[in-house]
Amino acid sequence: MDDTLLLARAQFGLNIAFHILFPTITIGLAWLVAYFRIQYERTRDAAWLATYKLWVKVFALTFAMGVVTGITMSFQFGTNWPGFMAAVGNIAGPLLAYEVLTAFFLEATFLGVMLFGMDRVSGRVHVASAFIVAAGTTLSAFWILALNSWMQTPAGHIEVDGELIAASWWAVIFNPSFPHRLTHMLLASGITAAFVVAGLSAWRLIKAADDAAARKTLLSGARIAAVLVPLQIFVGDLHGLNTLEHQPAKIAALEAIWKTERGAPLTLFGIPNEQEKRTDYAIMVPKGASLILAHDANAELKGLEDFEEHPPVAPVFFAFRIMVGMGMMMLALSWIGVLVLRKSTPRWLLWSFAAFTFSGWIATLAGWLVTEIGRQPWLVTGILLTSDAAGGATGAELGASLTAYVAVYAVMLLSYMVTLTHLAGKGSS
Amino acid sequence: MSIDLPLIFAALMGVAILAYVVLDGYDLGVGMLMLASERGDHDTMIASIGPFWDANETWLVLGVGLLLVAFPLAHGIVLGALYLPVAAMLVGLMLRGVAFELRIKAEGWHRELWNWLFSAGSYLAAFSQGLMLGRYILGFEPGFGGWLFSTLVGVSLCGGYMLLGATWLVLRTEGGLRDRSAVWARWGLGWVALAIALVSLATPFASETVREKWFDFPRTLGLMLLPVATLGAGCWVWLTLDKSDWKPFAGAVAIYVLAFAGLAYSLFPYVVMDSLTIWDAAAHPSALTFMLIGTLIVLPFIIGYTAYAYRVFSGKVRGGSPYG
Repeated sequence: MDDTLLLARAQFGLNIAFHILFPTITIGLAWLVAYFRIQYERTRDAAWLATYKLWVKVFALTFAMGVVTGITMSFQFGTNWPGFMAAVGNIAGPLLAYEVLTAFFLEATFLGVMLFGMDRVSGRVHVASAFIVAAGTTLSAFWILALNSWMQTPAGHIEVDGELIAASWWAVIFNPSFPHRLTHMLLASGITAAFVVAGLSAWRLIKAADDAAARKTLLSGARIAAVLVPLQIFVGDLHGLNTLEHQPAKIAALEAIWKTERGAPLTLFGIPNEQEKRTDYAIMVPKGASLILAHDANAELKGLEDFEEHPPVAPVFFAFRIMVGMGMMMLALSWIGVLVLRKSTPRWLLWSFAAFTFSGWIATLAGWLVTEIGRQPWLVTGILLTSDAAGGATGAELGASLTAYVAVYAVMLLSYMVTLTHLAGKGSS
Repeated sequence: MSIDLPLIFAALMGVAILAYVVLDGYDLGVGMLMLASERGDHDTMIASIGPFWDANETWLVLGVGLLLVAFPLAHGIVLGALYLPVAAMLVGLMLRGVAFELRIKAEGWHRELWNWLFSAGSYLAAFSQGLMLGRYILGFEPGFGGWLFSTLVGVSLCGGYMLLGATWLVLRTEGGLRDRSAVWARWGLGWVALAIALVSLATPFASETVREKWFDFPRTLGLMLLPVATLGAGCWVWLTLDKSDWKPFAGAVAIYVLAFAGLAYSLFPYVVMDSLTIWDAAAHPSALTFMLIGTLIVLPFIIGYTAYAYRVFSGKVRGGSPYG
């Protein structure tokens, strides 16, 4: 891989990874904030209003971070991947444009009403604005995941005179992996937001143990996570089966299945050795992979040896284990939390939730690495190679701008996290 | 009769970019003016743009999005050639967006720091956009002259945004701040007048295509209506500043619309100056048709609820109450 391609990927990867952090929170948090708002409308209880006002601040900050990092993305599609638009622009372009038209304006405009208009519009209109913002964030997830899924499992397109165009937009949007990926991502967002709410509330309780509102939101966050995490594990399994059907090489890589065999063992941990085509220090469960992936202990699984192209094994292997490991820990914490919080609020539990505030980020980023690196060497499976899509900017331009982005992002992330803990520390009162 | 899809999308893209320049222009301008203002005015100035800046920036995403969707070939060429100014603009917009949120939550010197970054980000974004425009007009011509011209456009756009920002503050604020804004608007107007004169004179020298389009008698006589109208709009701003709150802003917007019309006339039909026309660069009709249907359905809603939001927040901003 030459340096320019590497830099283009590093820069785009950095930008999109940094961007994804914020929508992941806001898609879930928007609905929670809307819920707080409608609770106040129904009960007229000042505690709900205070809760709403605290979390809408968290939401606004996170949303702004998402907006400004998202603008960057809209430019980099063209600058870093001119070959992408040249090859599949007739499909990707409209999907992105629909996201802007149907979601971005809607959420941005009504966020203005929501944040600044509480004393200018009726309560009903204000509640409606909160729900419109939430619907907008979800709608934007719909379009961007339609595009992302199409890149993973393209469908509904035909080639006419050397140009790739849509034969059926319905088939393009509802491509085979789309329903699974969308559900997986929306749940991930709900879980991430739940842990942010629980974690920041726990932080508040560490500083002020008698804050009743913080105790309420801690419990809400823990309960939502306790419901959504098991659901996510179930949906994740379905998503895995779907991937096995449509992108078997990705599954072979993330499970480090080197040889095609019946009753393939499941590698719990190890160090993939790509040169020797084996996993060093592997801890295996006999027949486990066949059981999990095909739901049949003796099923045959296709190994990496049988694929002409497959993604690099180690990154997806490790990223997948980080995602699953985080998921298991989040499951344990949310359940223990719900059980313990019924009776008491011990400090160790508060510290655990505070430490897990951004756990959703780690799991989401790991999952995102699995799915995007797992697609390599393709940018659009079977249609466009990543190496054929780069270009445009020179290595020097990429290097200079990458340095600037890294510096700005570091400042932004630090300020964001400090402000959030500061806000949470002050609480809603 | 078949419809000329690339032409329609070029027009839509033009509208989106014009909307962006006017809308984000006034809030960038307010950000830039914060450096000149007194500390006591900061909260009111920010409050005047608070509900709008997010949606204003969305027009940029739409403009770039339409370039990407409708003219994918041009998107890569244009943004590839403008790589560094684009990156600088994005850094500016990011600093500004984050500073906007964080200043509300900060206290003491932190708040001053974010105020300063908000202003600095606004300058960086405005100047970079002018730089991009300058490079774009010349078809990314290399060499010192090209960059000098682009720097001139960059500085001009800063003045232009300042004019928009100042007239916006005249519209939205009252008392001492309104009067100070009127003074800023006069400075901004002088700056813009000088800038438009310089850029209008320099462009025909810098670009042969533009020269041929504008100096083609007798068409030139008709075209002279544009600069005359621009001059008229400028005088209108100057004369109404002390008498009316909304007229100066309307005049400033008119200056932008006229300057944009002149620019569009200079560039058309190129999407990459002197090398790629809108028809060369257009996406496949199937993609454009799908897009057009969506746009025709959704755009009226966008305009409708945007107008609603402006109605909700119409009138003078009182005090600097941040949300929450």
